[in-house]
Amino acid sequence: MTSTDPTSTVTLADLAGDRRRRATERRMRWIFLLAASSAIVITVMIVATVVVEAGRFLLDVDLSSLLADGWFPREGKFGLPTIFVGTLWITVIAICVAGPIGLASAVYLSEYAHPGVRRVLKPALEILAGIPSVIIGFFTLNFISPDLVQRIFTSAERGSLLAAGVGVGVLIIPLVASISEDALSAVPDSLREASIGLGARKMTTTVRVVLPAALSGIVAAFIVAVSRAIGETLVVTLAGGAAGGSAFQPNPVDSGLTMTAAMANLASGSDQVTGVGNAVQSLYLVGFLLFLMTFGLNLLADRFVRRFRQEY
Amino acid sequence: MSTLLTPPDEAIDAEVANSVASGRSMDAKGLAFQMALLLALLTALAVLVWLLYSVVDGAIPVFQERSVGDFLSGKLSGSPQRFGVSQGIRGSIGILVFVAVIAFPLGVAAAVYLEEYASDNVFSRAVNVLVRNLAGVPAVVYGLLGLFVFKGLLGDLTGGSSLMSAGLTMAILVLPVVVITASEAIRAVPQPLREAGYGLGATQWEVVRTQVLPYAAPGILTGTVLSFARALGEAAPLLIIGTATGLLTTSGGSILSQLQGNYTALPMLVYVATKRPADQWLSLASASALVLLVVLLVANSAAILARNHFEKRRS
Repeated sequence: MTSTDPTSTVTLADLAGDRRRRATERRMRWIFLLAASSAIVITVMIVATVVVEAGRFLLDVDLSSLLADGWFPREGKFGLPTIFVGTLWITVIAICVAGPIGLASAVYLSEYAHPGVRRVLKPALEILAGIPSVIIGFFTLNFISPDLVQRIFTSAERGSLLAAGVGVGVLIIPLVASISEDALSAVPDSLREASIGLGARKMTTTVRVVLPAALSGIVAAFIVAVSRAIGETLVVTLAGGAAGGSAFQPNPVDSGLTMTAAMANLASGSDQVTGVGNAVQSLYLVGFLLFLMTFGLNLLADRFVRRFRQEY
Repeated sequence: MSTLLTPPDEAIDAEVANSVASGRSMDAKGLAFQMALLLALLTALAVLVWLLYSVVDGAIPVFQERSVGDFLSGKLSGSPQRFGVSQGIRGSIGILVFVAVIAFPLGVAAAVYLEEYASDNVFSRAVNVLVRNLAGVPAVVYGLLGLFVFKGLLGDLTGGSSLMSAGLTMAILVLPVVVITASEAIRAVPQPLREAGYGLGATQWEVVRTQVLPYAAPGILTGTVLSFARALGEAAPLLIIGTATGLLTTSGGSILSQLQGNYTALPMLVYVATKRPADQWLSLASASALVLLVVLLVANSAAILARNHFEKRRS
C-alpha cells in the first residue's frame, strides 16, 4: 500500500495503515467485547433460572406449606422458617468464631508482626484459606465436633448446628483476616506517626486511631464473611447432622438444616425418588432466596470497600 | 475525620503520668494486648495443624493395610476394602480441562476488554459490578444453573449428570475469579510499555499481544491457579448436578461418550466416604482428603514454578 514513488503525495489510505491489520483489530475488539459480555449472560442465566423455576414452584405449591413446622419436602412440608433459623445459627456462630480470631490476626499481622514473622505466618493463613470446604466439613464432623464441641457442650449431638457453625467459622477466618488486613494496611502511616508523636502507646494508637480509621473496610470484611457463611454448603451438609428433612429446630446443640444443606440433601437424593411432585422444584425457591441474600450483602460490602478506598 | 485525628487526651494523659511515675516500666497492658492478638493468630494456625495432622494420621491405616498404589488405582465402591480414588482423579482432571479450555481464555479476554478496550460507559461498569458480585454468589447456586441449563435444557447434548455438565458448570463458577485476577495483573502493566508500542505504530491488539499479555503473564497465571484450585476442591455444584455415589463403571468408547457419561470427582469421594459409617470409612475419607490436598499442592507448586519462569523471562 505504501507508495514507493517519492513524488506522489501521501493519501489518507496510506495513513490509515494496512487494511488487513485494521480488520484484525476490529475482529479482536469484537472478540474481547463478546467475552466481557459473558458476565452479563451468566448473571441473566442465573437470575432467569432461579426466578422462573421458583415462580413455577410458588404457583404450584400450597403457600401455607411454606410455613410448615419443619422441612420435609417429600411430605410436601416446605417450612422456610426451619431452614432460615438453621442458616441464622450457623452465621451467628461462625461470626462469633471467625470475627475475633480473624480480626485479631489481621491486627497482629498489620501492626505488630516483624517482617520476618509475617513472611511465615501470612502464607500459613493462606494455606488455611486454600483447604477445600469438603475437607473442613470432614474435619468438623469427625474431629471438631467430638473432640471440642461435644466436650464443652456435653448435650451436643455428633452432627449439630453448633459444630457446623464452628466449622464454617474456621473456614471464614482467613477471609476476615485478609480483608481486614488490607483495610488496616490502607491506613496512612501519617495517622500512626501523629498518634505516636503525641505520646500515645502502640496499643492506644492501634485501638483508638488505626482501627477506627479502617472501620469501613473491617465492616466490609464482616459482611463478606456473613455472605460466605450463608452460602457455605459442604460443612453444614456434612456436620449439620440432618439427613433429608428436619423439624423446626431452635436449639443449636441439636442437628439441624440450613438453606444450603436442604438444597444439597434434596438434590443428592433426587435421583432415587421420582414422582414426588414439586419437591425438587423447591430447590429453586431456596436458591433464589439464597441468591437474593448473598447478592444484597455483596453489594453492601462493595459500598463499604469503596468508601475506605476513597478516604485514603 | 476530626474525631479520628484528635487523640484521646485523657487516655494519653494517664499513660504519660503513668510512665513518668514508674520510670521506663513495661507497658503491661500493651504487652498483654499484643500477646492476645498473637494468641488469636496462633489459634487459627493450630486448627490448621490439627486438621493436617488428623488427615494424615487418619489416612495412614489405609496406606499400611493396602498399598498406596492399590488405593490410588481403586474405584468407587461400596466396599471399604476396594474403595479407591482413580475415578475421582480422572473426573477432577476432566473438570480442570473444561476450566482450562473455557474459563481461562474467556476470562482473560474479558479482562483485556475491561482494562484495555472499554471506555467508562454503562456496559463496562455493569460488567465490572456483575463480575465482582458473581464471584460472591454461592457455589450451590451455580449448581442450580448447571442442574437447570446443562442437565435439563441441554441434557441431550451433555448426557445429564455427566462430566460435561460438571465441567461446564465449574468453568462458569470460576470465570469471575479468572476475570478479577487477570484484570489486576493487566492493570499492573506499566503505561510506558503501551505507549512505546503505539509510538512504534502498533495497533491496540498488537500492543496487547506483544506487550501487555507477556508482561501480565505471571499475575494471570497465579490467578488461574487460584481458580483451578477452587475448581478442584469445590463439591457443592457437583452435589446439586449429581455424581455417581455407589458404583461407577467407567466405559471406554469415544471421548464424547466419556464426557456424556457418569463421573465422580475427588471432593465428591471425600463427601461420599464421610457420609458413610465412620468406623469403617473414616480412614478412607482421610485418605481421599489427603490425595485431594496433595493434588492441590502439586497444582500450586506447578503454578509457582511457571510464574517464576515467566518472571525471569520478563526481566
